[in-house]
Amino acid sequence: MKRWIWRFAGRDTRGNRGRLVLFVASMVLGVAALVSINSFGDNLRAAIDNEAKTLLGADLSIESGAPFNERVEALIDSLGGVQSRRTSFASMAYFPRTGSSRLVTVRGNEPGFPFYGTVETDPPTAAQTYLQSRGALIDGTLMQQFGVAIGDSMRIGNTTYRVEGRLLQTPRESAAVMLFSPRVYVPLPDIDPTLLAVGSRADYEVYFRFEDGRDADAAIDPLRAELREYRVGADTVKEERENWDEALTNLYRFLGLVGFTALLLGSLGVASAISVYVRQRIQTIAVLRCYGASIRSTVWVYVLQSGAMGLFGAAAGSALGIGIQTLIPRVLTDFLPVDVSFSISWPSVFMGAGIGLGVTLLFALLPLFSLRNVSPLSALRSGMETSGMERGLAWWITVACIGLGTTAFAVAQAPSLRMGLGYAATILVVFLMLAGTAKLLVWMLLRRPPQRVSYVIKQGMANLHRPNNQTLTMMLALGLGTFLVTTMLVSERTLVGQVSMAGTGANPNLVFYDIQPDQVDSVRSTISRQGLQVMEEVPIVTMRIHAINGRSMASLREDSTARSTWAHRREYRSTFRGQLTDSETLVEGSFDAKYDGFGPIPISIEADVANELEVGLGDRIDWDIQGIQLPSVITSIREVDWRRMQTNFFVVFPDGSLDRAPAWYVLMTRADTEEESARVQSAVVRSQPNVSSIDISLILGVFDAIFSRIAFVARFMALFSILTGLIVLAGAVLISRFQRIEESVLLKTLGASRQTVLRIMSVEYAVLGILASLTGIVLALAAGWMISMFVFEADLVVPVSSLLLIMGSVIALTLGIGHLNSRGVYARSALDVLRSEV
Amino acid sequence: MNMVESMQEVLKVVGLTKTYMSGDRPLTVLDNVNFTIQAGDTCAIVGPSGSGKTTLLGLCAGLDAPTDGSVTLCSHPFGSLSEDERAEVRNEHVGFVFQSFRLIPTLTAIENVMVPAELRGRYDVRDEAASLLAEVGLGDRLNHFPSQLSGGEQQRVALARAFINRPDILFADEPTGNLDAETGKHIVDLLFQLNREAGTTLVLVTHDLELAAMTDRVIRLHGGKVVSDSGRVVSGSSSAGEETYTTAKGSHPTVTEVEN
Repeated sequence: MKRWIWRFAGRDTRGNRGRLVLFVASMVLGVAALVSINSFGDNLRAAIDNEAKTLLGADLSIESGAPFNERVEALIDSLGGVQSRRTSFASMAYFPRTGSSRLVTVRGNEPGFPFYGTVETDPPTAAQTYLQSRGALIDGTLMQQFGVAIGDSMRIGNTTYRVEGRLLQTPRESAAVMLFSPRVYVPLPDIDPTLLAVGSRADYEVYFRFEDGRDADAAIDPLRAELREYRVGADTVKEERENWDEALTNLYRFLGLVGFTALLLGSLGVASAISVYVRQRIQTIAVLRCYGASIRSTVWVYVLQSGAMGLFGAAAGSALGIGIQTLIPRVLTDFLPVDVSFSISWPSVFMGAGIGLGVTLLFALLPLFSLRNVSPLSALRSGMETSGMERGLAWWITVACIGLGTTAFAVAQAPSLRMGLGYAATILVVFLMLAGTAKLLVWMLLRRPPQRVSYVIKQGMANLHRPNNQTLTMMLALGLGTFLVTTMLVSERTLVGQVSMAGTGANPNLVFYDIQPDQVDSVRSTISRQGLQVMEEVPIVTMRIHAINGRSMASLREDSTARSTWAHRREYRSTFRGQLTDSETLVEGSFDAKYDGFGPIPISIEADVANELEVGLGDRIDWDIQGIQLPSVITSIREVDWRRMQTNFFVVFPDGSLDRAPAWYVLMTRADTEEESARVQSAVVRSQPNVSSIDISLILGVFDAIFSRIAFVARFMALFSILTGLIVLAGAVLISRFQRIEESVLLKTLGASRQTVLRIMSVEYAVLGILASLTGIVLALAAGWMISMFVFEADLVVPVSSLLLIMGSVIALTLGIGHLNSRGVYARSALDVLRSEV
Repeated sequence: MNMVESMQEVLKVVGLTKTYMSGDRPLTVLDNVNFTIQAGDTCAIVGPSGSGKTTLLGLCAGLDAPTDGSVTLCSHPFGSLSEDERAEVRNEHVGFVFQSFRLIPTLTAIENVMVPAELRGRYDVRDEAASLLAEVGLGDRLNHFPSQLSGGEQQRVALARAFINRPDILFADEPTGNLDAETGKHIVDLLFQLNREAGTTLVLVTHDLELAAMTDRVIRLHGGKVVSDSGRVVSGSSSAGEETYTTAKGSHPTVTEVEN
């Protein structure tokens, strides 16, 4: 490359460097987002690799949903090593001092586990002392919520424990999981055996430590097939690490994708700024051409300048990204299984900076192609316009590179191909729709300018289509920001609305379960004594499929060519009753209300499960209920509205069919206040300690807490795009500042007052704000509808007042930034402006 | 030694025609223009607004391509050259002075002067540029930016820039058009002085008949056609049967004649 190109490229930035830095600021946040997320991801992977054994707490774990049978016990014995057992189940914890009770996950532990890592408690000694003296460790948040203090008593079933300490951190549990169901650690031998009676649901685990350095995978692999037969699973450090790695890689990759949106938006801002910048350089380029500069050389001058801007932005973005990286563990704290230490991941820094530079250059090339059309004649005729953007082959190749590069990056970064393609398609649609709206506005204003309106409105609208207007850029910046904010709001409201709807009205909101048949009367009368009415009483029988149309599940599993899904393998909790509920709709066959005792039992099956099992009316299913086989025939298929907070079932048997099967019961009631709910739960737990209860309002609270944590992470990442949008917006307004000054001075010279000039600008910015926010909101509603339909399977909730607030804020923001940047425009001296050179 | 001194013909224009589309209608701005300019000549192109003067200058300098006809500059026929090749010819042989100076606002006075030389690959020209600026009276303003210079000073920088490559031919488009009379006179004096010293061929477009009268030859345009050329006999193809005449080099048409 010729020396003068380098020399001139540097000299030509004089007096514009501040402006160029502002242009490039719009891509800094995008690069920062990518660098911080990917660098953090590398740190996270390293932490997981380093602490893989801590994640499992052992070399190997074996777990089952039922007590291990003799054969499995023999296999466990054969593995040897140091072993520690744990049994986990859900139960009510009752705190006598406060009289409160809460459904918790009880973990009965033996000494030893975790073999790797520690159970962090307050006080630290509690991690050991609770195992010695019928003590308990309780999740810190739960203790706070229920005002439980160390030394208090807690009853689970018929056993009373002393609260020894607060559970802070422990292997295999993250804060987010704890929110769903608080953990309580007790010594395994002290668990009330009635809570683990036949029919109770509990998880049984054995943890191993191999001191002889044995390879856990090699030890367990030969046993897996047999263990699977008994529905016993095994987990090694390697698998645990892979699971976490996959889950967390998906998480940070998804966040990276959100950050990439900021980079794309910022690059559009850079492209728009360069477009105006080079337009202001047309005379310079024309003079260079007159004096013999080739077309290629003049384009190179500005490619070099754009490259330098890109480099500066990439470097600044990387530095900022490294700073932001320290914040991310705090943002994701509830989702991380290990402590992530800070170190700079240079590959991520170079990748982020490289992508930033590449994207900036690609976007910058689009306006730079128009330089090829600058005629040297422009030096002779000052008013001469270039022939505009000639979209030759190179232009289209660049556009294709941007499209393919964006899609390739999205696919590489997204957790799945589908999500990557979906992201690229959404970005394309949103950008096209916003750009289309801007173009349509300009086209309409050019074609049919408003006629019977005041001069101020006419002039303000005309600003939107004048040469060097920033309509497109501002539309994209404002529209994308509105789209992101509104999509998050609509999705959040739809999710929350879906759950809260279920808890309102006259529906039951308090569920008692694990009630044995001989306890039903007692629980019913306890509820009645508290002044509440039992609204539902549902028997539940646990069963598995033994065979479908004579083919056993065992033979299905052995046949590698046969289809075997979750529906074939799962444990079914079925009920029997004589009618459909209001959440069920019959789609095929007829519902049999009563079983006459002859032949296979007529059953009703839910439509999705029927699809999974590939069964229909007339097909036979043999059920295994604790070793006894029960033949049935499908006589009806139902659709079930699972969103309703009530007992819903895949399979419903008719009355009289399961009377003698081992069943447990669910009773549902409605408590109108929190106090009433707490009172009746305590009363039931006191009289029947094994009975558990769930307060749906508590679930809503937990749901809200979980969602607000997820929403916080999403908002944190969206913030990059929104801030980028604001920078692009400010840049766009600043770019047009010189033009505004010229216009306002001319208007001033012709007699326009300060108010008139300000009103003209207000009309322009208000129209942009209204249109951009409207387009963003409409696009967000479309995206929200798709999310609610295909992800949440719920009806879209449209929070009209919040949407109006967003729209008002966007308009106010546009007007604010517009006026802030235009301050002093009217005050400029007419002579100064009219004399000055661009 | 100026390389084209021996060439005689520096600029040869044959049958030059330029037509633009104005909406759906073709608009002929130049119509069959012919002339030749010899090395060392000074020539003024005059005519009313819209007569095609600037278009003709642009075509002569290879800034635009004609619809018909040919331009040969310093033995380079523009018709067979690409846009970049024409640019190379300009870099090698041409200097420019524009009506509105056209200094590059981000470069200092001396850097502006150095641009044509640097484009040619000559980087060690700082002293030469400084001496040219001193010659036009700006020896103490080398590092001033255009915005810090008056109009007359800017045009003097432009003059220095035009001569840095010692061009064979200098095209000047209304060089005094944006200046007051006194400053304009000073610029014209400088222009002719530098031109004489460098032995450059000068083609200037102007409204200023006094300035035109200072040149060896005046070509008068009207409606895109040459209506008079003091350098030769204009054939019957000239417009409206106007009187055609020939003047010897150095005998200028009178002001009245040109204004007609």
